[in-house]
Amino acid sequence: MPAVTGKLAAASLALALIAASASTASAQKKYDTGATDTEIKIGNIMPYSGPASAYGIIGRTEAAYFKKINDEGGINGRKINFISYDDGYSPPKTVEQARKLVESDEVLFIFNSLGTPPNSAIHKYMNSKKVPQLFVATGATKWNDPKDFPWTMGWQPNYQSETQIYAKWLLKNKPDAKIAVLYQNDDYGKDYLKGLKDGLGAKAASMIVMEESYETSEPTIDNHIVKLKSTGADVFMNITTPKFAAQAIKKNAEIGWKPLHFLNNVSASVGSVLKPAGFENAQDIISADYLKDVSDPEWNNDPGMKDFLAFMNKYFPEGDKLDHGTIVGYGVAQTLVQVLKQCGDDLTRANVMKQAASLKDFRTEVLLPGIQINTSPTDFAPISQLRLEKFKGEKWELFGDVISADVGG
Amino acid sequence: MSAAEEVVAEGHQAVEAVPKRAMTLGTGTSLVVLAALLLVPMFVKNFIIFQMTMLLIYGLAVLALNILTGGSGQFSLGQSAFYAVGAYTSAVLMEHANINYALTIPISATVCFGFGYLFGKPALRLSGVYLALATFALATAMPQLLKLNFLEHWTGGVQGLVVTKPDAPFGLPMSQDTWLYYFTLIVTVAIYLLSVNLLRSRSGRAFMAIRDNEIAASSMGVNVSRYKTLAFGVSAAITGVAGSLGAIAVQFVAPDSYTITLAISLFLGMVVGGVGWLPGSFVGAAFIIFVPNMAESISKGLSGAVFGVLLFLVIYLVPHGARQIAILGQQFAGKLRKN
Repeated sequence: MPAVTGKLAAASLALALIAASASTASAQKKYDTGATDTEIKIGNIMPYSGPASAYGIIGRTEAAYFKKINDEGGINGRKINFISYDDGYSPPKTVEQARKLVESDEVLFIFNSLGTPPNSAIHKYMNSKKVPQLFVATGATKWNDPKDFPWTMGWQPNYQSETQIYAKWLLKNKPDAKIAVLYQNDDYGKDYLKGLKDGLGAKAASMIVMEESYETSEPTIDNHIVKLKSTGADVFMNITTPKFAAQAIKKNAEIGWKPLHFLNNVSASVGSVLKPAGFENAQDIISADYLKDVSDPEWNNDPGMKDFLAFMNKYFPEGDKLDHGTIVGYGVAQTLVQVLKQCGDDLTRANVMKQAASLKDFRTEVLLPGIQINTSPTDFAPISQLRLEKFKGEKWELFGDVISADVGG
Repeated sequence: MSAAEEVVAEGHQAVEAVPKRAMTLGTGTSLVVLAALLLVPMFVKNFIIFQMTMLLIYGLAVLALNILTGGSGQFSLGQSAFYAVGAYTSAVLMEHANINYALTIPISATVCFGFGYLFGKPALRLSGVYLALATFALATAMPQLLKLNFLEHWTGGVQGLVVTKPDAPFGLPMSQDTWLYYFTLIVTVAIYLLSVNLLRSRSGRAFMAIRDNEIAASSMGVNVSRYKTLAFGVSAAITGVAGSLGAIAVQFVAPDSYTITLAISLFLGMVVGGVGWLPGSFVGAAFIIFVPNMAESISKGLSGAVFGVLLFLVIYLVPHGARQIAILGQQFAGKLRKN
């Protein structure tokens, strides 16, 4: 009997000690589910399979970047545990995976889940659970709505702000333009179109002479281009995805239509759009961008670009450096690391959102010079600046200043 | 007769001998399964309850296909279209007309019955692979139709519609997930019993007669065209109910949720569960929900390939799906009893 009591006493003493040390620790450190002294659990949902699987490379880049962070000692001594699931771009599957991450894996938050329909499916769920849905990988405008959805935040410039920037430029430099618009008939195309109309304001009705839409299932958009040319428009607003953008540029040259050509950022890639369309056909096209283009020789000696390439070589050698997805994944992962650094030892969900909403002039060095990430409790659009660029020779040349356009959802 | 049809017909020899027993589980087994379904949610996390709800919902959709293919011998790769119509009917009624979620379910069933019946009419002229192709076209067209401009006011276009999840009624002390699970369970059990009775009835026998030999069936006095369209209607109605429940459970409808991939998953669920064996529908549903997750945990990059290998193993080792395993189990149990 005495032996047992002795053991019990020792055990309870040990317990008391543990309790005491735990309580002193919690005096300085605050955690929600998913964060401990040694680990931060982050969830992610990507289309690794299915129709949008090309975007899966973003998630793989992020996983590689967090491995680099962990190898270098983690963030404030905590390792990142990055749990990334496949939803095949199917919204019901996204709901299942999000619930698995939140309720079963118990992550601190979900980061950079991809696609407008998948994120729409979990928008309400994440906000009712009060779990951050941070830096979603879609350009839809509705993610910037801190009043109704305080737990959701985008990252990239939203589609509407880009066409608003074009509209601003047109109103200033070419106020009597006759604009012909070609857009993809889905949420992305319509969001762009809305931005253009809002940007032109009252003059939209008189300046836009034709709005022509196409379906992704069409093999070619040549007939739309011919139709647009026949309107006699002198500005062509090209809101198309890469394959169609290249077709449009080529067809314009073939039929000798030379309007002022605006190409949306989605298709501004030199490697996958302008080169196949032919550099000679792509001269003087105007676009807007926020990230450095890996294939652009201008950044050959740029330290930010060098860091990116060094990271890719060491941690993700099988990834395609020219793929837009790798540089996006790198940039957004760096932004998250900044947020987590700012959180310090207060790793609660509320503080994660608070810190994400207080980024001040933050830059990841893959952003174009002059572009900064700024957020506030009323501004949930981290990147809302773009720079206009004109295609000259075989590369984009930046012109003009950084232009901002903040659009709420 | 196409090769595919022959395979299905072959699989039905057991059914012809003792249709009532072969279609369902024994009473004892059924009660044990039901008790498990009633009790498990009390001990597990909400996430598991959600997965079980989805299991019942997909199970219903597979069951509907099973009645069509296993019962009347007609193929459909277009079940996702009926599922979408059901889901959208509920979502639109709930969000735009403020109709109670429970009431939207019979409405969905009626709408989908009509839709399926009408589709069944022209489908009468087609059989085998041609019917499969026609329904395939329906499944491919549906997401596009939902995006149409003039419907956008109702459907929300590509953005989809967010559906509000119902609370438990009468102040019952359970979470939304648990309530929705029990609600789904009640609907599922009701539909399951109705389906079993349907297949045991005059109409069910007519379905099977048509499946086995259309000419013989019509010379016996079975109105072939009526029963074929009826099978389509019933199948569409049940799929529509599944779609409604799915929309409420997932809280979101969008065209991208109801692509041809869903139709193929349901077809796969039917084959894995055993064509013509109703309880197998739920085994098939479990396969299409859980096996992709397993495949992903084995290899992220090759999840599709791993899934393919697992599927191949199932088809190679147990070509008649879960039914075959159940029969083997029964024989084994019988032997044990004799000893």
